[in-house]
Order: sequence, then C-alpha cells, then structure tokens
Amino acid sequence: MSNITNEGLILACSAVGAGLAMIAGIGPGVGQGYAAGQGAAAVGRNPGAKGDITSTMLLGQAVAETTGLYGLVIALILLYANPLLGKLN
Amino acid sequence: MGFGTAALSPVFLASQDASTDFMIQSYVDYSFFGHTVSICTTHVTTIIVMAVILIFALIARRSVLKGDPDAPSGFQNVVELLIEFLDGVVTNNMGTHSRKYANYILTLMIFIFLSNISGLFGLRPPTADYAVTIGLAVITFILIQYAAIKTSKLGAFTDLFKPLPFLFPINLIGELATPLSLSLRLFGNMLAGTIMLGLYYGLLPWFAKLGIPVALHGYFDLFSGAIQTYVFSMLTMVFITQKLDADA
Repeated sequence: MSNITNEGLILACSAVGAGLAMIAGIGPGVGQGYAAGQGAAAVGRNPGAKGDITSTMLLGQAVAETTGLYGLVIALILLYANPLLGKLN
Repeated sequence: MGFGTAALSPVFLASQDASTDFMIQSYVDYSFFGHTVSICTTHVTTIIVMAVILIFALIARRSVLKGDPDAPSGFQNVVELLIEFLDGVVTNNMGTHSRKYANYILTLMIFIFLSNISGLFGLRPPTADYAVTIGLAVITFILIQYAAIKTSKLGAFTDLFKPLPFLFPINLIGELATPLSLSLRLFGNMLAGTIMLGLYYGLLPWFAKLGIPVALHGYFDLFSGAIQTYVFSMLTMVFITQKLDADA
C-alpha cells in the first residue's frame, strides 16, 4: 500500500466518484417510467388526445432527465477533465 | 484542465486516447489575448451546418420566388409544408406573441436539429460542445429577461423579492438556473450519444460494426436529437410566454 502515488490515489478516487455520481441515474429512471405509465393510462382513457399526451409526456420526461444529466456531466468531468489533478503541485 | 476554462476554450475534453476519438480535436492553434484557442471540430461542423442551411435557404428562396403562389409545386411544396408545420408549433405554444418570436424559434429548431443529426454523417455534433449550448442558452436567457422587462417594467426586478424579501437569493438562483439547465440538458444528451458511439466504434472488432450501429445512430442521433430540439425550443417558448403573460 505504501507505493501508491498521490496522482494514482486521486485518479482511483475520481473513478470511484464517477461511478457514484452515476447513481443519479436512478431518479430520472423512476420519474420517466412513472411519466410513461401515466401517459399510457391517459391514452387508454382518451385515445383521441394521443398526440397532445405524447408531446406533454416527452417534454416532462426531458425535464425530469436533467438531474440525471447533471450526474453524467460530473462523472465525465471527473474522468476526462479532472479538476482535482490541478491541485497537486 | 478545469471546467471554468473549458467554457472559454472549445478544447473541452481534449483527446487522450487515439482509439476512441469522440473528443473535440483541434486543427489550428492560435493565441488570442494570451489564451490559446483553436479552430476545432466544433467550428468545422458548425460551418458545414451553416452552409447546408444557407444553400437550402437560397434554393427555397429561388423556388418560392419563381413559383406560382396559388398552386405551389415541387420543392416549394416541401418548404411550405415545413414552414407551416414549424409555424403551427410556435403559434400553438405562444398564441398572440408568436409573430415576434417565430423567427428566432424556427432558426433555433433548424440549427439544433441539423447539428444534432450531423453525427449521422460522421461529423462530431457541435451541440456536444458546451460552448455552443451555453451560447444558445444565453441568447434564450436574454430574450426571457427582455420579455420580462418589457411586460412588467420594474416589476421584473421587484418580482425577485416576492413573496418574501429574504427569498431574493433563491429567486435569483432560480432565474440563473434556467440557461444552465437548458444548456446542460442538450449538451449532456448529445455528448452521451457521441461517447456511446465513439466507444462502440473504437473498442469493438470489425464484425460488430456491420448493421448494428444503425440502431444506435437511430436512437442517439435521430430520436434523441429530435427530442432535444423539441424540448429546447419548447422550453424557450414556455419561458418567454410565461414572462409575457405575467400580470404587472
């Protein structure tokens, strides 16, 4: 354990952090699934309004996806543009 | 390389591994007031997209000017169909305000959509560069604030202190979060698609690249690109209309 460099430790921890950041994907997954289920129920109740329901559902899902994308962006920053490595001197 | 400098310089996520080339690559580096900036894939693809839009517009103009306004034929039909469809979307969402903002929304839709599907032609989508999406989002943000100030004059600022004065910081963050979430949504989606396809092409043996990428391109470039175009322009319209309809 004594031969781990500072840089290696930061890289390893960043990789773990990137994986943890992607846990954010759970929320949008549940939310989008719920929206899709409600959309399906609405189409079942009122098949005539399918176009409006679909566009509203897609808009809501895309907005719900945002938090997951924040997690993705953080994971990508940790992997490819790591700001922590710059703190080493 | 930090995230702060990345927004200034387009060389975000510089290439580190030649086998997976989904990163932005720079072609020409030059010095600009002490910063090193570069002509990169984003610029090249943006110029190609602009050239396509320009050529399409010139052909459409020629065909519309020469054609019969009462009985459109050929290419003129296609252009009228497209414009009427997009105009209908804007009118549905903005109502009486649609005329003023239709130009911007149509431009936004066409540019973002062509940028998103440029991945189909082996180019790197410009919208997978944060500099492009934050630029578009800042234009939208300025339009939103312009609409707010035009409708409710000084109320645009005093609204930040409602319902209670000490909520001002939270309201301010709420306003500033709009361009951030708009730009990150588009950027994240397109970057995710670009990375998935880059990894797929870079890491798998040759027989995996026959046929199967069609499904990936169909989902990440066409479907995701169209949805994100719709969402970006729809949210722009919703935010602007919200400010325009606000009671002073």
